[in-house]
Amino acid sequence: MSGPSKYVPQSGFEKWIDKRLPLVRFAYDTMIDFPTPKNLNYWWTFGAVLAIFLGIQIVTGIVLVMHYIPATDRAFMSIAHIMRDVNYGWLIRYMHMSGASFFFLAVYLHIFRGLYYGSYKEPREVLWGLGVIIYLLMVMTAFMGYVLPWGQMSFWGATVITNLTSAIPFVGESIHNWLLGGFAVDQPTLNRFLSLHYLLPFVILGVVVLHIWALHVPGNNNPTGVEVKDVEKETLPFHPYYTIKDAFAILVFLMVYFAFVFFAPEALNHPDNYIPANNQVTPAHIVPEWYLLPFYAILRAVDFDIIPGIFTAKLGGVIAMLGAILVWLALPVLDSSKIKSMRYRPLARIFWFIWIANFIFLGICGAMPAQAPWTWLSKIGLVYYFLYFLVILPVLSKIEKPKTPPASIADSIADAPKGEEPNPNIVGVVQN
Amino acid sequence: MRKIITSVVIAFAALSAGTAFANTGAAKLMDAGGSYNGPFGRFDRAQLQRGFQIYKEVCSSCHSMNQLHYRNLGDKYGPYYDPKYPNPNDNPVIKAIAKGYTIKDVDANGAPVDRPGIPADKFVAPFASDYDAKQANGGALPPDLSVITKARHGGANYVYSLMLGYDHTPPHDLVIPEGKSYNPYIAGGIIGMPKQIVDDLVTYADTPENKGVKATADQEAKDVAAFLTWAGDPHQTERKSAGIATLLFLFIMTIFTWMSYQAVWRNVKH
Repeated sequence: MSGPSKYVPQSGFEKWIDKRLPLVRFAYDTMIDFPTPKNLNYWWTFGAVLAIFLGIQIVTGIVLVMHYIPATDRAFMSIAHIMRDVNYGWLIRYMHMSGASFFFLAVYLHIFRGLYYGSYKEPREVLWGLGVIIYLLMVMTAFMGYVLPWGQMSFWGATVITNLTSAIPFVGESIHNWLLGGFAVDQPTLNRFLSLHYLLPFVILGVVVLHIWALHVPGNNNPTGVEVKDVEKETLPFHPYYTIKDAFAILVFLMVYFAFVFFAPEALNHPDNYIPANNQVTPAHIVPEWYLLPFYAILRAVDFDIIPGIFTAKLGGVIAMLGAILVWLALPVLDSSKIKSMRYRPLARIFWFIWIANFIFLGICGAMPAQAPWTWLSKIGLVYYFLYFLVILPVLSKIEKPKTPPASIADSIADAPKGEEPNPNIVGVVQN
Repeated sequence: MRKIITSVVIAFAALSAGTAFANTGAAKLMDAGGSYNGPFGRFDRAQLQRGFQIYKEVCSSCHSMNQLHYRNLGDKYGPYYDPKYPNPNDNPVIKAIAKGYTIKDVDANGAPVDRPGIPADKFVAPFASDYDAKQANGGALPPDLSVITKARHGGANYVYSLMLGYDHTPPHDLVIPEGKSYNPYIAGGIIGMPKQIVDDLVTYADTPENKGVKATADQEAKDVAAFLTWAGDPHQTERKSAGIATLLFLFIMTIFTWMSYQAVWRNVKH
């Protein structure tokens, strides 16, 4: 979609800088003039929502670090200090806490959108892959952030998850101790988790820049999955058409978010995390935050040794959990159907809906104690999770008889109700 | 618009899925009927004072509240807030409360001294260490109450139910060890703390606000639950007011943005 730049420097300064470092041209091409398909629906607004939430998390996080103390005997009290005595500390912390949840909510909707409309297919494989990397970084960041308040769930969550590294054959124990900086979760662990929790969001920011760059080369996918054929007829400049639409979607999303921040800030938090960490008392049920529950269920679903002593249940669980995310990377290869959008894939569409339901179902399994029937229900969930990617999609791309998508985006919107070409006044504004 | 509603519904479903199933196996809690529930709920100042009185006269002989300072009692929306003293350290009621405690401190030469408390002091803990606390309580550690309503499922309802939960008959197969009690509201059903809340446990001050309030066990349990809710979440009132203003602002801004969106896209076929 990146064609020749239509930017014309106006003022003397713009002309001067354009010959030296064309920053204004870059901003104009990517944020104002960028041609965007006319037919995007609301599922395409979550990219902008996510950008806002990365910003909220970084800004509130930087302020929180100004008051937080990463010491095992003071971390819990420093959170209490933030909540009670720091001016608007309660607001900043609740925004950060709920912000993590809504960041993940948005990223899941963004990922599900990509799965439905085939946004991972040629020519967007790199864009998709970078997205998977961002998600992985988000998981790591969220996990380490949850450890910092040093409550019971922080401590025991950290213990359980870092303990997984010891499943690696031969070197597992060494890696485990190296990661923790000791034999158990303690002061060195807390220090390095804070360091990494502060670092990773900026790494995410960097990958997000690449993600957007990789978006701006092929341009947006769209609900028909048919590539843009006529830029004039089928696209609109990003500004003002999509800036205003995204702004509307962001505001709606923010209303739900702030309803939680102000009226139910603890609804998504586990009460045990208001009990100071105690390495002598294990909580009855150790559960991660809601957004990691599906993967936690996958981890726990493998509760049998594959080869006793070598390929243990623990190693199997770790591989399944990591594989559940990494399999997304292989999606462009696994799904070879030429049709991108599930709108025109009647069978794949049904399996996609089941996959979404299964993902939520795995989340419920993850919240439940590890006992029957949840143990075997998790196994069913795990099997379908991988079956969808490794068998159903590859087979369907060979045997499914898709419906015929419209020949072009223009065709698909030809029947839409009334309307002329874009409002001349607005186009005038855009083109200066 | 239909799609937006769908998205919001999905959002709530996904968010609640994680928490809705996380409840523990204890008995269903009774409703403490707090005036502080809901977006428009506010604390009842007289009730907070009564709750503090119970904490001070009863709970504090075993339970610490190590996140609170005496000055907090005079914070805005707190039990002894007085608009004449925006700085609670100047509030004579707070000064008097603090003065009633003896603080172990050191003097300028490093020698240990006992001095009367000031509003800036932390709530004095009943025991010098967790070890001492366990020794004095049959091996059970009385939990710190600073954020107890946040640290238990059900919050105020949990405190209220637990306080009144001592009169149930234990199941036949449950053996209650000597010195412990049965209480269905605690996980496992066995609690180290004996029954505390009974009728006329304390004598409420005879103030106009307390007119008609009888020191029944039910009233006392409600009052202490209200006080602990405030103590764990002292900025609740401020937060809810700010929330209403924020959502109102966002709502109006959303409407204007929607109108601009419609105007910009008016003549676009899409």
